[in-house]
Amino acid sequence: MSSVVLKNIVKRFGSYTAVHPSDLEIQEGDFVTLLGPSGCGKTTTLRMIAGLLDPSEGEILIGGKRVNDVPIHKRNLGIVFQNYALFPHKTVADNVAFGLKYRNVSKDEIARRVEEALNLVQLPHVGGRYPKELSGGQQQRIALARAIVIEPDVLLLDEPLSALDANLREDMRVELKRIQHQIGVTTVFVTHDQSEALAMSDRIVVMSGGRIEQVGTPEEVYNRPRSEFVANFLGASNILDGVCRERGAETATLEVPLFGTVPVPQDKAAGISDGPAKLVLRAEKLTLMDARADITGMIAADATVETVDYQGQTVRYFVRAGDRSFQAINMINERPFPEGSAVKIAFRSQDCAALPG
Amino acid sequence: MSVEAREARQPWILLSPALTAVGLLLFVPLIFIVVYSFWLRTASGADQVGFFLDNWQEALTDRFYRDILLSTLRIAAITTLVCALMGYPAAYFIARSRGNKAILLLLLMLPFWISYIIRTMSWINILGVSGALNTALMWTGLISEPIQMLYNEPTVILGLVHFLLPFMILNVYVSLDGIDQTLEEAATSLGANRWEAFLQVTLPLSLPGLAAGGLLCFVLGAGTYITPLVLGGPSDAMFANLVFEAIITQLNWPLGSALSLMLLAVLGLLVAIYNRYLGMAQLMKGLG
Repeated sequence: MSSVVLKNIVKRFGSYTAVHPSDLEIQEGDFVTLLGPSGCGKTTTLRMIAGLLDPSEGEILIGGKRVNDVPIHKRNLGIVFQNYALFPHKTVADNVAFGLKYRNVSKDEIARRVEEALNLVQLPHVGGRYPKELSGGQQQRIALARAIVIEPDVLLLDEPLSALDANLREDMRVELKRIQHQIGVTTVFVTHDQSEALAMSDRIVVMSGGRIEQVGTPEEVYNRPRSEFVANFLGASNILDGVCRERGAETATLEVPLFGTVPVPQDKAAGISDGPAKLVLRAEKLTLMDARADITGMIAADATVETVDYQGQTVRYFVRAGDRSFQAINMINERPFPEGSAVKIAFRSQDCAALPG
Repeated sequence: MSVEAREARQPWILLSPALTAVGLLLFVPLIFIVVYSFWLRTASGADQVGFFLDNWQEALTDRFYRDILLSTLRIAAITTLVCALMGYPAAYFIARSRGNKAILLLLLMLPFWISYIIRTMSWINILGVSGALNTALMWTGLISEPIQMLYNEPTVILGLVHFLLPFMILNVYVSLDGIDQTLEEAATSLGANRWEAFLQVTLPLSLPGLAAGGLLCFVLGAGTYITPLVLGGPSDAMFANLVFEAIITQLNWPLGSALSLMLLAVLGLLVAIYNRYLGMAQLMKGLG
């Protein structure tokens, strides 16, 4: 178990810069997720930590030691690849035992640890089979067993759940988190799926265009986004241009079109100053109400429903208010508002966040 | 006609042109050769029609034929081994190169645009008494008299390797190209260095391609008569040269037929063994 530190790391491919100067500190035992859309540099960063790519500039420290010049096979890392990368010509047991053969472990010890690892991933009886005889979810578990059986200093997971179907993915999410807790290994997880990141991580590193946008706990990056990108990538947000009129001890007062004055809690308005500012209004926090409903304690505006995207438990509305469109995701009990109906869109000021304009 | 019957007939309709060609151009002549092998060539030079076992007796008992068959198999085996050792790294390089794969494969195909005989004869211009190599060595003063480098077994093997190497490279390339590169990355992440990762993962997974390339090189090498004719000396004849000699020079078609069927049987046996253990599908992949 070790900490991972990236110091001013840069990766260029020819004239293209995949990762701009970035710093990152990962605490020992943490589960950290690199989250972002494809091409944001998350996989490149993971591959630099792994030693599969050399950084163009900067330093990588694992357990306090500089590893830039340590080749991958001497870094003692466990990697789970997106496509699992199980050796098709070796049995499951030989796959799991592979790393132990390079670690001066006796035969008895290898057998014992392979069994232990297979138990940990809850597949104790598949050792004699070949990878292609297993389902995708089972292959995933074997890939994980193979990576952790060597007791790695750091566990690196490159979109390990993306090849699974939706139900299995949610099961594996819980399973992966359980195993990580049990062995307590420092883990770096790469994904483009915000719900995976929110569910599993101790800390999330949101990346975009080769830069780190924000680092924080899931609750921090979700509720207190530091940039428009983060606000939109983690769930859908409506972002309104406005002006910050006043910054008090508790709230920052924003003036936005349609809704008028909105007092945003100070901790969600860090980094803004008087003048142009943006109001972040999460789609989940924007509620559709009957046009005649009581809106005491809420800030509201009149709107017309344009599109209804019904999903059973929830519904996603696109509504028009004034000259712009808003997105709202609401839990519903019965029927959604029909398209074309006149409604009110309302929110509570404490659910908003503010960004510099 | 029912839909099922129509659907059952369809593949045969589509296959019929190919089957006709194979039947008329391969199968029928093969039957002629089998029939010929039991005829007898008389002293007058005419073929006597009948069922004689004389040709087969001569082919199977004469030690001369046996020795040449064994030396043919030996030369084909050495050629195959050299092709494997030279071809594997080249195939690996092509499979692992990124941008210029298409160009490298085109370069590999380029020799096929020139006749195999011309390619074989080009070695005379390189290794011959007044060839490029001797001229260069004389010019540098390392030798004063030209050396006879041609017309021995090594030059025959050289010519065969030149002819067969692309087949080996293509087959190995196809199987290497199908191997997921993250497997090697996974192996190195688990503690194997690059060489160990290659030996543990890439090499075993590419063996089917190596075997397919090996079979092709061996069968084509063992069946050739041009290379020993152009680059070999009098004692370097291979089995196909005996067939050539019997049929073209001596006009003894019955004996030539028996000899060619003998070679066909030996090579057919090898193909059957290969098919038993590895299957023809891999070979087809390499040819496609």
